[in-house]
Amino acid sequence: MSIYQTHITDVLIVGAGLAGERIAVEAASAGHDVTLLSLVPPRRSHSTAAQGGMQASLGNCAMGEGDNSDVHFADTVKGSDWGCDQEVARLFVENAPLAVREMAIWGVPWNRVVAGQRKLPDGRMLEEKKEKEGLITARDFGGTAKWRTCYTADGTGHTLLYTMDSMVIKMGITVHDRTEAISLIHDGEQCIGVVARCLRTGDLRVYIAKTTVICTGGYGRLYSASTNAVINEGNGMFVALNTGIIPLGNMEAVQFHPTGMVPVWILITEGARGDGGYLLDKNKYRFMPDYEPKKKELASRDVVSRRMTQHIRAGHGVDSPYGPHLWLDIRHLGAQHINTNLREIANIARNFAGVDPVKDLIPVRPTQHYSMGGVRTNKDGAAYGLKNLFAAGEAACWDLHGFNRLGGNSLAETITAGRIIGKKVAEYTKDATLSYSYKLVDDAVKEQENRIKALVHGWNGKENVYDVRNEMEKNLMDYVGIFRNGTDLQKAVDNLREVYHRSLKIGLESNGEGPNPELAQALRMTGMVRLALCIAYGALTRTESRGSHAREDYPKRDDTNWLKRTLAYWPQDADLPELKYEPVKITELPPGDRGYGESSAQSKGGK
Amino acid sequence: MADRELTFEIFRYNPARPEIKPHMQTYKLKETTGMTIFVALNMIREQQDPSLMFDFVCRAAICGSCAMIINGRPKLACKTLTNTLPKKIKLFPLPVFKLIGDLSVDTGTWFRNLSLKTESWVHTGKTFDSAKQEEHMDNKTALEIYEAERCIECGCCISGCATANIRDEFLGAAGINRVARFMVDPRDERTPEQYFEIVGCEEGTFGCMGLMACDDNCPMELPLQMQLAFVRRKMASIGLGIKQESKIKMGIG
Repeated sequence: MSIYQTHITDVLIVGAGLAGERIAVEAASAGHDVTLLSLVPPRRSHSTAAQGGMQASLGNCAMGEGDNSDVHFADTVKGSDWGCDQEVARLFVENAPLAVREMAIWGVPWNRVVAGQRKLPDGRMLEEKKEKEGLITARDFGGTAKWRTCYTADGTGHTLLYTMDSMVIKMGITVHDRTEAISLIHDGEQCIGVVARCLRTGDLRVYIAKTTVICTGGYGRLYSASTNAVINEGNGMFVALNTGIIPLGNMEAVQFHPTGMVPVWILITEGARGDGGYLLDKNKYRFMPDYEPKKKELASRDVVSRRMTQHIRAGHGVDSPYGPHLWLDIRHLGAQHINTNLREIANIARNFAGVDPVKDLIPVRPTQHYSMGGVRTNKDGAAYGLKNLFAAGEAACWDLHGFNRLGGNSLAETITAGRIIGKKVAEYTKDATLSYSYKLVDDAVKEQENRIKALVHGWNGKENVYDVRNEMEKNLMDYVGIFRNGTDLQKAVDNLREVYHRSLKIGLESNGEGPNPELAQALRMTGMVRLALCIAYGALTRTESRGSHAREDYPKRDDTNWLKRTLAYWPQDADLPELKYEPVKITELPPGDRGYGESSAQSKGGK
Repeated sequence: MADRELTFEIFRYNPARPEIKPHMQTYKLKETTGMTIFVALNMIREQQDPSLMFDFVCRAAICGSCAMIINGRPKLACKTLTNTLPKKIKLFPLPVFKLIGDLSVDTGTWFRNLSLKTESWVHTGKTFDSAKQEEHMDNKTALEIYEAERCIECGCCISGCATANIRDEFLGAAGINRVARFMVDPRDERTPEQYFEIVGCEEGTFGCMGLMACDDNCPMELPLQMQLAFVRRKMASIGLGIKQESKIKMGIG
């Protein structure tokens, strides 16, 4: 028998970002006892980093006039390249305005409509109406027919998360921060909670609940270059996958952003190019016009990312200790413009790369940005495979985004899904009873204790955890990036299988005592490589291009064969996921031309 | 600057091994272009000492996790470039907060307690009605609230504060700024007297000795000195029974 603390609760939520906290508030409002687990204090969650805003068709500002949920729906479905679940998209667009307004009552200082005339940077004039003054306003974002993205200055995620967390504190909801769920406890049919490791002491703990919800965010850190926070390692996804029963949906759908700054991979927004910034190669040559004579640097996000990667591969990248990169040049815009209109970018460049963009070039490279895939759920947020388990936010494949997420739809998803799924969780929990066998729990803890002992003593081998990790990151970055092809993807799958076997032989160099960070990383490593294989193998198998999944050898979208969602399972003792497929639900808008991008102009057939 | 060899002297202590006393450990590292303390600490952990404890989350000066004492000053490690420092770099964990190990401290518990003490949520009798349009708010007011809400709870102001270092319950600049954030929010229905209960005391605004290190150390460059003056003056006028002047303005200009 092992000795460990046990916590029992009605609803256990793993992850205290916006999705997790919104569900917590909903479940607690219904009278349930709720416990939130978080790797970090909730306000440090990656949700806080979102600057842009959240989409909701309020239609208050002049450029948003005439907007409604139908227009938002069409934008979202086109953005997804018809990969999303249309029932979910409909639910989402109807509820997003409510989610935004509710956050206003709770304390978010949304920017408001200011009446009167103003001039846009491109010279257009617009007039905000007097009767709309003081209502929640919106800004422009890519892929939307109307200005629909509600915001608070450049700190939307920050104000949303602080307001949401203040509700959690006000309601007295239990939060265990610095606590990491390392496995789900289940009997093959029902989930009854998690085994967790306290990151303050290193002790194992058990959390038992009627309902467990995974809200752990994305897996950006599987890639060596990601705009994501360092905690985004896909934890919730791999603890689900590790059960062998729960499938992950569309893991091959990975979004890249063209200009992550080297070497810290912080995002430099599209505004820099929008205002006239150029991309240069190692010879200070402006290469984009060669590839995209019309749109140059301002082609769509995925297109620019693909061209940059192609150019680096052709040997034109600038060598650095952090790998080859390209340059972003905004010097010609002049000091005054840079220090006023592009102040944020200028500060980021100065603070984090030590370059002054008034006289220096900014080192950039396409960078992993968002994971559309995750724990596959139905429209209520219930996970496939196990009862009592739900998932929401970036960790889930609910499936609002299909193969490409529109900017402003991720923050919107966290809160809107949190609201919708939170209600379902509360209803479900009301009818649920808690019954479990003590042996099941004890065995689950023992399994984790044995893993830890094996890692500390090097019983399975002496592989270095950081070497394994670097090898995984490199394979995803080099072969499962923005451009994909059969040869590279096969290489990635082969290499990652080797990396996988190495991950099973990790042995610590330090002693693993207390809140040891090497042990924390080692405990995650096999799960992370499994996710990497789900991404690579899913991409290899999907012989078409759709949204962010761009195959050089299959450049067109293929609705005949691939209008379906990938489900990746991890069978016991396997070294590759098992892939199954399910049809994508089309309820309102049949597949057609998105009106942008190169893969969907002809949507029938393969090559 | 190129080709410097940096010497890091880092505070070490693992509470799981109390028999090993706190001590300084030295690491050497070759400086690279654009190197920050974030890059350096990760290199040290991956290549020299995998047991080294420190915290980073966003690594972009947005989340506030990585504050530590860098050559004597509380700073965010993620946005501190090594080329702004001499070749010898000393790193200590933040004081005031409970030590978790090495450079890692428990800010989460401290700040949650702060939120509870200051009741940092909008106090209102209104509830959400999904059939209704949102209430109107002046955009200037919205921006004013946001300016006061920009604090990322990194703890630099608290660590640099003489009062916070000697008085456990002192709310510090982060706490006083938090109260100011709700004072300027018209949705919050608390009266000045209710705010006085929270900050009109030695643990609140009257405990400040006016050394202003909070203002000097804030990585978000929040106008903490002005916020302090704003809240203090409001509280003083209530404490002295002076009728509330509507003219007392927040110091965010």
